[in-house]
Amino acid sequence: MPKWADVLLVPLFSLVIAFAISALVILAIGEDPIRAMELMVTGSLGSTYGWGYTLYYTTNFLLTGLAVSIAFQAKLFNIGGEGQALIGGLGVALVCLFVPWPNWWTAMIGAILASAVFGALWAAIPAYLQARRGSHIVITTIMFNFIAASVLNYMLSHVLRPPASMDPATARFASELRLPRLADVLEPFGIAFSRSGPANVMLFVALAFCVLAYVMMSRTKLGFEIRAFGQSEPAAHYAGISAFRIIMIAMLISGALSGVMAVNSVMGGPQRLVMNAVEGAGFIGIAVALMGRSHPIGIIAPALLFGFLFQGGSELAIETTIPREMIVIIQALVIMFTGALDNLVRQPLEAMFALGRRKS
Amino acid sequence: MNRKFGSAAKEDALWRPMTTQLGEKTNMKLTRTLFGATAVLALMSGAALADPALIYDLGGKFDKSFNEMAYTGAMRWAEETGGEYRDIELQSETQREQAIRRFAEAGYNPVVMTGFSMATPLEVVAADYPDTTFVIIDGVVDLPNVRSVLFAEHEGSYLVGMAAAMASETNTVSFVGGMDVPLIRAFACGYAQGAQAANPDVNVIVNYTGSTPAAWNDPVRGSEITAAQISQGSDVVFAAAGGTGVGVLQRALDDGILSIGVDSNQNYLHPGHVLTSMMKRVDNAVFDAFSAGPDMETGVQIMNLASGGVGWAVDENNEALITDEMRTAIGAAETAIAAGDLEVHDYRTDSTCPISVE
Repeated sequence: MPKWADVLLVPLFSLVIAFAISALVILAIGEDPIRAMELMVTGSLGSTYGWGYTLYYTTNFLLTGLAVSIAFQAKLFNIGGEGQALIGGLGVALVCLFVPWPNWWTAMIGAILASAVFGALWAAIPAYLQARRGSHIVITTIMFNFIAASVLNYMLSHVLRPPASMDPATARFASELRLPRLADVLEPFGIAFSRSGPANVMLFVALAFCVLAYVMMSRTKLGFEIRAFGQSEPAAHYAGISAFRIIMIAMLISGALSGVMAVNSVMGGPQRLVMNAVEGAGFIGIAVALMGRSHPIGIIAPALLFGFLFQGGSELAIETTIPREMIVIIQALVIMFTGALDNLVRQPLEAMFALGRRKS
Repeated sequence: MNRKFGSAAKEDALWRPMTTQLGEKTNMKLTRTLFGATAVLALMSGAALADPALIYDLGGKFDKSFNEMAYTGAMRWAEETGGEYRDIELQSETQREQAIRRFAEAGYNPVVMTGFSMATPLEVVAADYPDTTFVIIDGVVDLPNVRSVLFAEHEGSYLVGMAAAMASETNTVSFVGGMDVPLIRAFACGYAQGAQAANPDVNVIVNYTGSTPAAWNDPVRGSEITAAQISQGSDVVFAAAGGTGVGVLQRALDDGILSIGVDSNQNYLHPGHVLTSMMKRVDNAVFDAFSAGPDMETGVQIMNLASGGVGWAVDENNEALITDEMRTAIGAAETAIAAGDLEVHDYRTDSTCPISVE
């Protein structure tokens, strides 16, 4: 099968099947699937207000998707993006609350560094356990998600909550630390954009990270080592690549990227650290990486797709009587067909191409 | 590069169980998250102008308690006026701001929301939409376009505290709070004062379910706490814990002691076993706000005993449990509180309580 078919046709067919089944489900409960689709599209892409939210979610998924991708390349399943991002959020909150930054961009750099360090440290423990003790990274990173959530609960309920507040959340950060939103960025170019959506400059940071990751993975020695290790551990070992070093580095990068996601969802969004600040982006990152074939540039499109599903799904809940459980089904179908049931589409396609080749 | 990730047939055996695990875990978590996103929104198509909207806090519309009371009020308004309204149940903390913004952006007016956690996000959004009127129940936002509705929960709790102490045969009554916050301590403090007023020798056991919002929806833990209180001799338990209270009331029923419901009239849940309910008329607050419309009076509105904002519930389900003696004593206290002759201490004013509610 040609590469363009692998990259484009397989996800496309998977999506079409997922949406077709979703349509049947919506039909079965007596709603109009075409109207539902229209609502999702207009709600997420039909106005700059919708785009403001879609791109905000996309930014989250870009970073967590990238985090999962890099670990995937070394054949490490980092399921702990959620926890790493939560701890990264803690780093963001600490530097935003306790360091007197002069302006937003120094604060943003500070927050990116802090969240990266916090996220990387949180990933370092499972990485070390995998590299030295052989504890399975899937199990340990999942467990660390729960520990991270508990740490955050404790910090928000007992340590960082302002004394007068009943809400387990930190105080709001200083208003100078507000990240410029897309409206602020686009206005000088004469493009009108809704001021409501939380999409902000972190979108460009996330895209820059995708490019950097691409360069690192395909143009540097380290990237080559990570890929070699992922393809075959014995071969990598034979070539003198240290398994310990690669596992640690890949997981540290992965944890750092997950952590940086929190700069968007904490500093760019509510401007304070609340519970559940990550909203499952760590897990969606896995689906994004699966769909993007773990390619740093390839994940951009699926990140946008999930941003659309996240935002469009909410429109359905408000504008129709489609119960929210149904929206989860639609989103789960997309994940199932694009991720888990990949072969369902791939094999017939491969057969088709093989047939085409034989005939010609 | 691991481009072949999708072609499972070629992968080693270890890969597959991992994929399976991954799928299950992802889906489980996604259920929570993705449909979390449903609580928020963008597009403003077809929003009828000036329809009211209602946002329920975590715990959900049908929590049989606080949020359900808001729903009852909205439904009553819809039935009486034939009007339409939109509502949404929040799924996670992060969606609060987006939910409020969405309704304001779409032109709903007034936008009513329940729960003190909405105060911080509302502060930001209300300033951005000066022409929309917002109502927050249980919180205060000091802006010209916000009505903040507060309830005198300590007064209503005082009344049910009296009932508890009078119904108790062991001289021990107990309290199960939801999240340990000043609001819930005010319930506990009022309850303890009422119990002591009715019986100076009464022992009041106070416990809280937790220190996070999860404490509002943990019936299992509520049941465990109640069991522990029963083992310490309690024979009347008051639950001020949202959805957690369902577990408290169930355990009280199973172990044959009396319980007291909260917010909604919960007497019907276990007829003959729920002594009474501390009614917090969130329904009236929502009904009033919906009826008054966008031009309502803003500022802080106190719903107390005198204005019928709180009270205790007597109906056919608990009639047999309420003695004449209780009726007289509680009735007298009600009159005295409403007239201002009897002052129940409010924990929130100075963060202390004459009777320990730690």
